[in-house]
Order: sequence, then structure tokens, then C-alpha cells
Amino acid sequence: MPLFDKKDKSRYATFTRRSVGMGAGMKAVFGVLAGRLYQLQIRDGDQYMVEAEDNRVSQRLIAPPRGRIMDRFGVELANSRRNYRVLLVSEQATEGVAEALDTIGKVIELSDQQKKKVMHDIAMNKKFVPVPVAENLTWEEFSRVNLHLPYLPGVQCDVGETRDYPFGKELVHILGYVASVSPQDIEHDDDPLMTLPGMRIGKRGIEKQFDKEIRGRAGASRVEVNAYGRIIRELGKDTGEPGEDVYLTIDRQVQALADQKLGDESAAMVVMDVNNGDIIALSSTPGFDPNWFNVGLTNSQWHDLTTSDHKPLLNKVTSGIYPPGSTFKTAVALAAIEAGIATPDYRVTCNGRITVGNHTFNCWAWTTYHHGHGSLDVEGGIKNSCDVFFYETARRVGIDRIHQAARKLGLGAPTGIELPGEHSGLMPSSEWKLKTYKQPWQQGDTLSVAIGQGYVTATPLQLVQQAARLASGKAVSPRIVHSVGGKLMPRPDIAKLDVSDQALARVRNGMNRVMNEGGGTAYNWRITEPGFEMAGKTGTAQVRAYSQEEHARGITKNSALDWKLRDHALFVGYAPVINPKYAIVSIIEHGAVPAHPHVAMARDVMLFCQQRDPARLPTAYPQNNSASVAPPKIQGQAEPVPPQPVKAGG
Amino acid sequence: MALRPYAAAKRTSSVADKLLEVNWGLVLLICMIGCAGIAMLYSVAGAHLQPWALKQIGHFALGLIVLLAAAVIDIRVWMSLAYPAYGLALLLLIAVDVVGHVGLGAQRWISLGPLDLQPSELMKIALVLALSRFLHGKSIEEVSKPIPLAIGLAMIGIPAIFVVLQPNLGTTLIIVADGCSMLFLAGLSWWWIAPTLGAAAAAVPLAWRFVLHDYQKARVETFLDPESDALGKGWNITQAKIAIGSGGVAGKGFTLGTQSRLNFLPEKQTDFIWTSFCEEFGFVGALALLVLFAVVIFYGVQTAMSARSQFGRLLAMGVILNFFFYIMINGLMVMGLIPVVGIPMPLLSYGGSAMLTVMFGFGLLMSVHIHRQVEIPRHSGGII
Repeated sequence: MPLFDKKDKSRYATFTRRSVGMGAGMKAVFGVLAGRLYQLQIRDGDQYMVEAEDNRVSQRLIAPPRGRIMDRFGVELANSRRNYRVLLVSEQATEGVAEALDTIGKVIELSDQQKKKVMHDIAMNKKFVPVPVAENLTWEEFSRVNLHLPYLPGVQCDVGETRDYPFGKELVHILGYVASVSPQDIEHDDDPLMTLPGMRIGKRGIEKQFDKEIRGRAGASRVEVNAYGRIIRELGKDTGEPGEDVYLTIDRQVQALADQKLGDESAAMVVMDVNNGDIIALSSTPGFDPNWFNVGLTNSQWHDLTTSDHKPLLNKVTSGIYPPGSTFKTAVALAAIEAGIATPDYRVTCNGRITVGNHTFNCWAWTTYHHGHGSLDVEGGIKNSCDVFFYETARRVGIDRIHQAARKLGLGAPTGIELPGEHSGLMPSSEWKLKTYKQPWQQGDTLSVAIGQGYVTATPLQLVQQAARLASGKAVSPRIVHSVGGKLMPRPDIAKLDVSDQALARVRNGMNRVMNEGGGTAYNWRITEPGFEMAGKTGTAQVRAYSQEEHARGITKNSALDWKLRDHALFVGYAPVINPKYAIVSIIEHGAVPAHPHVAMARDVMLFCQQRDPARLPTAYPQNNSASVAPPKIQGQAEPVPPQPVKAGG
Repeated sequence: MALRPYAAAKRTSSVADKLLEVNWGLVLLICMIGCAGIAMLYSVAGAHLQPWALKQIGHFALGLIVLLAAAVIDIRVWMSLAYPAYGLALLLLIAVDVVGHVGLGAQRWISLGPLDLQPSELMKIALVLALSRFLHGKSIEEVSKPIPLAIGLAMIGIPAIFVVLQPNLGTTLIIVADGCSMLFLAGLSWWWIAPTLGAAAAAVPLAWRFVLHDYQKARVETFLDPESDALGKGWNITQAKIAIGSGGVAGKGFTLGTQSRLNFLPEKQTDFIWTSFCEEFGFVGALALLVLFAVVIFYGVQTAMSARSQFGRLLAMGVILNFFFYIMINGLMVMGLIPVVGIPMPLLSYGGSAMLTVMFGFGLLMSVHIHRQVEIPRHSGGII
């Protein structure tokens, strides 16, 4: 019997043939598998290794503590306080983020705005990053959340740090404030901290100017995470560097008085050490509480701040531009003496009016009393603030020599103070006018400038600098920062002012007589305490052009005008008269009234400042420069030792 | 493996004789692969025997017993049992729709006391058995005749329909591929094959439109562009490729695969176990494992060609093709060459049902090997 019939044989052959074919096919598939392995593991292996590492390792940023800002005696003007906050980890919010927020909203108050912000932050971050829901909670609110924590999946409570300004609005225009990072901020700053939820950066003032230093350097914790973002273990840690402390030259006591004196006026006041340029007080009102920005402004707060005609957001000291008015006459007088025109014998007779070309100009005395000042020398011109004297004198001196003298006093150029947004004002010259307006300088222009009107403008900071330079005879410039992180701010040697002593003496004499001689324009507001006498110069700055008609029938009384149309009241001064120590400027916008409240304020502040005499008191500044050499790192000590404030007297 | 005289393969041989006939080299290879799988289950559990490795040792041991038991049983007995086994598997498959529970979006299990039985796994072997028997009785001309061909296709199609309804696309593909391969091996005329392949190519768009479930479509779409949804549906493919690629030449080392240990790999103990292996043992290890698989398949093809009965040949080839299709689909899937379909890697992936089915298949293969000299007349129906 044959083993196979014929048909079996043919299907055996077919089977074998086709099996061999399929075997080859299977080999080919194995070839493909091996080829793919080669592709993934050998050709692209390095790239996938990087991706696996990216998966595995996650950088957790550690926010460094923000540096403090202190006054010259170590009083903390900006520091950190405990911030009780509630965070939400979206991946752990098992019932969804919106529901979790609703539940939190039943425990503590949450506005729709806050909820929207949280949703936005969560969308911007990985789902395991804790995002702040509410910050700066009271202890009571914080405990309530903690109590409900078991029913709030994904919610974490933590005690962080937040910026605090213990003196509120008092120093806001110096310190500025911190606020949340905006998308524009991120564009200009690649610090990884910028993306940290809840991060605050300096937005104005010192906080902005020295933000990098005060912020510190981010620490990072390299952690191994699993696919759900849970931390498995820490691979390494970089503690970062805490922010640096900033010491200001401010004396908070004087600052407090200045701020209190200005009150709710739209006003500015600066006190400066005439010898080294230290700013003792710098106040611009109205202010606002910088803590608002840290916590987050409400819409109505923001609306009030941006729409108020008192411009609370503007630092009027550095960014407010005013016609200097009669305070500028000191510069004209200096120019006249330096030019050899206003010799001791030089006199101008004021009949109340002066005609130049076919225009007639009035002296303020004519407008007010309908008589002139009579014959005046330079000192008398300053004392009486005689317009006619300065019209005539300026006409003889010419704009370019006035320009020269004013520039020596620091007008027309930024002072270089360590605050952002400083304006330079304008000190015109004939060249400037030709360049800007393509028109030659007119004599009428000079006459306007002679009384501090027309093209000339200045910031209050420039005016106090001018007073300090006149008082000290040195080219001092205002400086408000003493040191950052123990490193002294560079202070170039202060040169002697490039004017003759005799000229300075005569201008000072005039300013002395303004206050301390009967008939001086500020005699009623003089300091009577012996040894503390102040010299000064008042000024009134027009904010509108007077019509011909008004000139004819007399200027309308300020009090009869709308607030916005009233003249600004200015005062610059220094004290004591002998060996001056401090200079001051005070300006009340639209505040030119006969009672001269701005001079009264300046008097009170200057008296207090002299009696306290912060320039003589031992400061709490970090000990000279030992910090510019890196201190030895002490193992296991996270916090740097803060400089010990020297106990300040007074 | 001395070739015994023809008489030794007769039914009268004792069990001990037959055990000597077992291809122990193949058993050794299977054990090596099985051990690699157990080691990987230990690794992906974070170097713990629980929850998978210990149980898998049990599955594998039970599998070995099943393998040897199946090996010593005469293939003619298996031939007699082919149709009843097919009928039983089909009944269980239908029962799944009634009492099966829902797992991973697909109804695939039937609970038999402690064991969760996956009838679709059973069906793969039962279909191979039944088709082998059916085609054994058909001459090469008969295979291509309409009525026998229709019956053969129905034997493939009916279970395929039930499996695809579960829905379980991966297993359906294997059932259809396996069944059709057997028709092909039995000598189906190219006059049938060529037009069918053409029609199949044309049917793909239609299947996309009317047959595939949304989640299946999503898998295909994700496959075509995994980066489009790297954190969502593309996650599996992206992470699997990272795991394999980051293994590099030599791998990250045993138990040191970060992708699986940190849960970036999904279903790392089942469908993606091979990925973890590639991550930890690198190109060298993965290639070595592929070689082991290839040698097993080579043994299987050789066994099929050495069998004297058409039943034995088809059975051996069917079993080995089944094994091959598992490897192919899983391998191509985890390396991102085809869409993700739920197919485990045989012998490596965790799971009792799949392990027992694969080992039982190898038992049948071994039975063919031991009984390769047995002749079975074309019209015989077995010996029971």
C-alpha cells in the first residue's frame, strides 16, 4: 500500500513550497522588527535617552526670599511676612478644578475674578504644579480651610512669604511695589522664577530698579517624578541665593512727617543732605498702599488710581514736571552775578511794569498792590521776588548765560537718582530753540524764563538739587540708595560748583532775606528757633496762559478758579543759614494761596529734620564693605546672617 | 533527538517513550523566553515578585504541564477532539456576550471560578485544530471548490464575527490571518487568493467607515500622527518609543528602566512588557530575544514539514503562525509601526489565559513532532 496517494503527494509539495514561502515572510518580518530596533535604539537612541530623562527629571523651582529694604537706621520699610495661602493641584482635584474652586468658595470668600485667574494659572502650568488659589488669608480663614481639608481633594495649605510694606502708602513712591508677573515681563526676563505661580516682581520704585538684586537667584530641586508628576525622590538641590537687602538714605521719621504734612494734597516734598546728596525724605502725594498690588487690586481701586486728577500713581518728585516759577530767579541771579552784570552796585528800579519791545510786562507787585518795588539790588530782587528786576536783568544777561548757570545748578538734566522713570525737565537755550522749533530765540522768551515760566521746566528733585548746590557750593546730586547687598553704591567725588564764592554768597544772602528779613516773601514762615534758621525762595507757577484782558484788569484770584486752573505753589530752601545741612523742596499743585501752606510745611519739616539731624546720627548701614568680599559659606546654614542694625538714637 | 524507528511512533508507545521523543531543545527555548518574561514582570513591579511575577511563575509551570500533557497525546486523538473543541470554544465565545464582564472597554472574559477564561484565546487554538482536521480531508482540488471553501471560510468567519463584536480587533486579526494562512497552506488556488487580496485592499475604506468602533479609529488616527496628541491618545506610542529608544545599545540595566518604573509606560505588564525589556536590555538584549523567537518558529516550521499527515502539518504550521502573528503584531505595535491593538507578547506578557493557550499550542506542536511518522488516511476522522 502506497504511503501517499497521488493527490496527497501534490498537496504535500504545495504545503512545503508555501510553508517555505511563509517562513521567508516571517523572517522578513523579524528583519523589520530588528531594523526598527536598530532605528530606535542605535540611530535615535541618544535623542530618546534625552526624552526619557526629560520625562523622569523635573526641576522644582525654589523661590528665594526677597531682600528687605531698610532706611538709614535699619528700619524695615519693605520686608516679608507670613503668607497663609491655599494652593490647588489640578491633577489631584478629583472632582474637577471648577468644582474644587466652588467648594473652596464655600469655606473662604473667592471672587469670580480670582477663580478666573486660578483657571488661567492652571492652564498655563503642568497639572501637578500647585497653583495659588487664595493668598494672604487671615489666620481664621486659614484654619477654616485646614479644617475642611479632608473634603477638599487637591487643595494644599501652606505658609509662604509675601511682601509687606509696614508703612503702607507713606513710602510708596520710593519703594514702589511688587505685583504678579505679566506676559510682557516674561518676554524681557528669562529668569526661570518668572514662571513660578504666585511669583511677584518689582513694578515701580526701588523694587523695580533693583528687582534683580532684591529678587535673589532661584534655587532648584531636581526631582525624579513619575508619569503622574508625583515626586519619587530628590536627585539634587541648589538652594539658590536669597535676595539682597537694600539700604536707603531715607530717614523714616522725617519721611513720615513730610508725608503727613502733605496730606491729601496733590503735592511733593523732598529733603536732601546738601553735603553728600543723601535723600532724607521723598514724598509724593497722594499715594496708595503698595500692599494692594501684592494682594491684587480690585477693579474699583484700579479705577480710582488711574482716573484721579491728583495722579496717585505718579511719583511727582521724579516724574512731575513743573515750571519752576520764581524759584528759578536764584539761577538768573547767579547768572547775572557771574556775567559781571549784577555787580554790588547794580540796581534796577521797579515801577511795577516794564515795556520790552511793544509788550508791557507786569511785576507781581503791580498786579497785587498796583505799585512797584522801587530800586533793588540782586539780593533785594530775590527777597522781593521782583519780576521787573529779573525781566530787566535777564534781558541783559541773555538766555545762553542763564542756561549755562542753570545747567551748573543741575537743571535740564536728570539727577541720576536710583529711581526709575526720572524726567529731565527742560532748560532752554537759543541753540535748543533753533534746533527744536527752527525759530530764533526771542527776547520775550528770555523774559518768560526770567521768572521761571515759558520753556523752562523742572522736576521737584531738580529743584531740591538746585537748592542744595546753592547751599553747599558743591555739585551734589541726590542719591537715595546707600548699598545693595552690602555693596556700596558708587558715589563719585563731589566737585566744587563751578561758580564764584562771591556769587554764591550773594544769592544765599538773597534767599536768607526772603525768609529772615521783614518784607521777604516768606518772612511769615521763617524758622525762629536760633541756629535752625532757613533760607529759601518761593515760587508760583502758572498752569495756563493769562489772557490780555486779565493782564489789563488784573489777574483773577486763584481761589475763584477751578482747581485744575489754579497756579502751582513752589518753595525751595535750605537750613541752617550758616553751614547748611539740608535742602528742601515743597510743591502743592494748584495750591498757590496767600496762606502759603507749602512753605509752612517745609518749615515744619526742616525744623524737625534739623533738630533730629539724621546726618549726624550713627547709621545702621552694613559694615563698611566687608560684604563686597564674599563671606565664607557656612554648611547647613540656609539663611544669610542679616546685617545687625546699629541701635539708632532719637 | 534520535530518529526512532517508525514503530516507536505507534500508538502502543508508552508515555515515557514519548517524553523522550519530546523536542527538549524547544522546551528549553520556551523556558528561556518564559523566564525572561517573569524577570521583566519582577522588574516592572519595582523589583517585586508581587503582584505579577509570582503568579506568572504559576501560570508558566501550569503551562509546562499542559504542554507536556498535550505533547504525549496522539495527534489522532487531537484530530477526533478538533470539532468538539471548536464547538465548545464557539459556545463560550457566545456566552461571553451574555455573562462576560467588562474590562478595558471590551467584553472578553468569562469567569470560571478562580480563572478568568478568555474564549477568544481558546478559539485561536480550536480553530487551528478544526481547520486542520477539515482541510486534512480535502484534496488540493477540493480546497478550491466553492462549497468546501465556503465551509472553511465560515469556520473562520463565525468566531471572527463574535470576537470582533466583543470588541477585540487584535484577536480578530490573528484569527482571520491564521485561518486564511491555513487555507493557503492547504493549497487554495491563486485564482481565489489574488482577487480576494485586491478586494480586501478596496474594502479598507469601507471598514473604516462602517465597521470600526470609535476607539479603534482613534487608535489608528493616533498611530498615524502620535505627536498630535502626545499627552492623550498618542501617549502610549510616544512613551513606548521613548522607552525602547532610550535603552540604547546595552540598555539601562535590569530593574533600572525608568519609563516603566515611573509609570510612563502604559500596561507595562501586559502589552508593553517587550518595551520594558528593550529599555532595560537594550538593542543587544532585544535582538537576542528576537533570535530566540525566530529559532522557536524555525523549529515549528521544521516540525510541520517533517510531519507525514496533512493534519499534523497544518496543525503545526497553524500553531506556529498563531505564535508568530502575536509577536509580529505586538512588536510592530509597540515600536510604532502599526496602530495600538490589544495584543500581548506571547510567553512574556502577564496573563494566565494567554500563557496557557500558547503553551497548549506548543503542546500540540510537540505532539505533531512526536507523532510525525503517524499516517492518517485522508478520510479518517481520528481514533476516538
